[in-house]
Amino acid sequence: MNAAVPLPQPAARPMKLVCPAGTPPALRIAVDNGADDVYLGFKDETNARNFAGLNFDDKSLREGIDYAHRKGAQVLVALNTYPQPGTWRKWQAAVDRAAALGVDAIIVADAGLLAYAAKTHPRLRLHLSVQGSATSHEAINFYHEHFGIRRAVLPRVLSVEQAEKVVSRTPVEIEVFGFGSLSIMVEGRCALSSYATGESPNTHGGCSPAKAVRWQQVPNALESRLGGILIDRFGEKDNPGYPTLCRGRFVVNGDTYYPFEEPTSLNTLELLPRLQAMGVAAIKIEGRQRSPVYVETVTRVWREALDDCARSPERFRVRPAWQEALAGISEGRQCTLGAYHRPWK
Amino acid sequence: MKISLGPLLYYWPRETVLAFYRDAASWPVDTVYLGETVCSRRRELKLVDWLAIGEELAAAGKEVVLSTSELIESDADLRAMHAVAENGTFRVEANDMAAVRALAGKAPFVAGPFLNVYNAGTLSLLAGLGAVRWVAPVELSREGIADIVTEAPEGMETEVFAYGRLPLAVSARCFTARYNNLTKDHCEFRCIEHPDGLALDTQDGQHFLVLNGVQTQSASVHSLVPELAQARQAGVGVLRISPQSQHTGEVVSLFREAVSGAIGPEEATARLAPLMPAAACDGYWHGKPGIVSEWERAHARAPATEGRP
Repeated sequence: MNAAVPLPQPAARPMKLVCPAGTPPALRIAVDNGADDVYLGFKDETNARNFAGLNFDDKSLREGIDYAHRKGAQVLVALNTYPQPGTWRKWQAAVDRAAALGVDAIIVADAGLLAYAAKTHPRLRLHLSVQGSATSHEAINFYHEHFGIRRAVLPRVLSVEQAEKVVSRTPVEIEVFGFGSLSIMVEGRCALSSYATGESPNTHGGCSPAKAVRWQQVPNALESRLGGILIDRFGEKDNPGYPTLCRGRFVVNGDTYYPFEEPTSLNTLELLPRLQAMGVAAIKIEGRQRSPVYVETVTRVWREALDDCARSPERFRVRPAWQEALAGISEGRQCTLGAYHRPWK
Repeated sequence: MKISLGPLLYYWPRETVLAFYRDAASWPVDTVYLGETVCSRRRELKLVDWLAIGEELAAAGKEVVLSTSELIESDADLRAMHAVAENGTFRVEANDMAAVRALAGKAPFVAGPFLNVYNAGTLSLLAGLGAVRWVAPVELSREGIADIVTEAPEGMETEVFAYGRLPLAVSARCFTARYNNLTKDHCEFRCIEHPDGLALDTQDGQHFLVLNGVQTQSASVHSLVPELAQARQAGVGVLRISPQSQHTGEVVSLFREAVSGAIGPEEATARLAPLMPAAACDGYWHGKPGIVSEWERAHARAPATEGRP
């Protein structure tokens, strides 16, 4: 054997597909289309998608767990907001409920709540939420050493090289975002929404809440406001988007532009072989607030892609049909590799 | 109540920074937080410079605390954090959990405003690891802070962001570079042109935010100067004043007078106004959107403007 030929590497483990379930129908659709894990929340501010018409009560969660388990999928409950002063018992009770219902893991951001869960339910699997803002292996290992977390979701701010270093230096499984709405700020470190509306992901489980949104037709334009603040003004040719604060058009020294970023979606399909090779454990799809059609499309496409990648990573090619299907459900119909690839670096 | 000078959030020329802290040695502040917490590319001062400034301030009787970065991404960032955490001379303010890990069980530390301490459970966990003071997240209301203080471990000191443009968000991206059509790695250090941040307005002319490199701040200046009695009642022990390019010393002195009771809230507020780079806000303190000014609403002589929150 030629010494220059590298020994075959042990095949990297297939990555798990983690899909959003805002509602019971979305859960069933995600499971039916091949999600390994589904994640969801209770109907209150204990999770970061606390929107009207979304989420689960005990009965629907019990049924959802049964459905998922029968088909071999796991259910993760997001308790990923920060317990606010005076309401600690509510979060504590949510942890107890999740444990009693037999969920497969809870996704938590708050260190105090992780401490409670680890102590009270030592057999309950703990995942560190992206809202925990752990951007280095040392931060992740802190949560591992103190609470025995088994998986951490990386904030959407690291490059591929940085993410790779994190993966190689922690015993904790790493989950990364693969697709969906793109967070421009570090998760868990953004108070823009509460500055304008009084409610933020950290405090109330939602960014730019719907009740603070106002649409107003003015001569030649449609205006979107959040908490009374003008976020954007759309002409006839524009495609008006939801007034998420960091996607607004503002004025700096007379220039009107998107000072943070154009509205785009994250899509990392083309990075899959690299993510798999570096040992990423799971790919997360954003969008508990999105429709069952979104969940169906995105789960089907990503299942196929992950299967292709697991079978033969070196021959992996992004199929045009996938990109087309995803483009149809992306915000702004534009996709980007986000921070993984940094054109803005 | 004690008064602290928060870490300098902007990028100023080296000589300006040195002069600022030379002056600060004679201001009536008890504690000075030092170090670069916003962007690792800012290199006008190195750690050795901050340590030297710290020595001078300590000699002037100030408590000196070194703050760690609010966002750690690279190995270089981790090394910089460790250098601060293990400086061996001054107390450290930890601004992420990697820094907490570096300090836990080794030295008493300050739990910084970016650690997301929103409840007494998290605070007591940090106390067990060595936190002796915590800085409330800017979003927390007076009521929320008072609730946490009630259950706080014995001896825990509570600090609030009492004056300055609010640090609201941090990103891996640089918005000052973006404004200049530059990439982050070739940003030409343009932050240095904006000593109080780069103003961002809405399309209908409302002053809304300021861009400070990777950090986004409020345009309005958060001020608790009319709320000092309530702050004391809530259990606040330290009032943090965030450095600005002009009048910081006067702001500190005014807070000192107000804390001592020499001047009342009306006078303090009136005298503070001309020292501020923008209008005041205090919404977070009252459990409202951070941008609003409850003080102004309560004291406005003219009827409130229609159509504003």
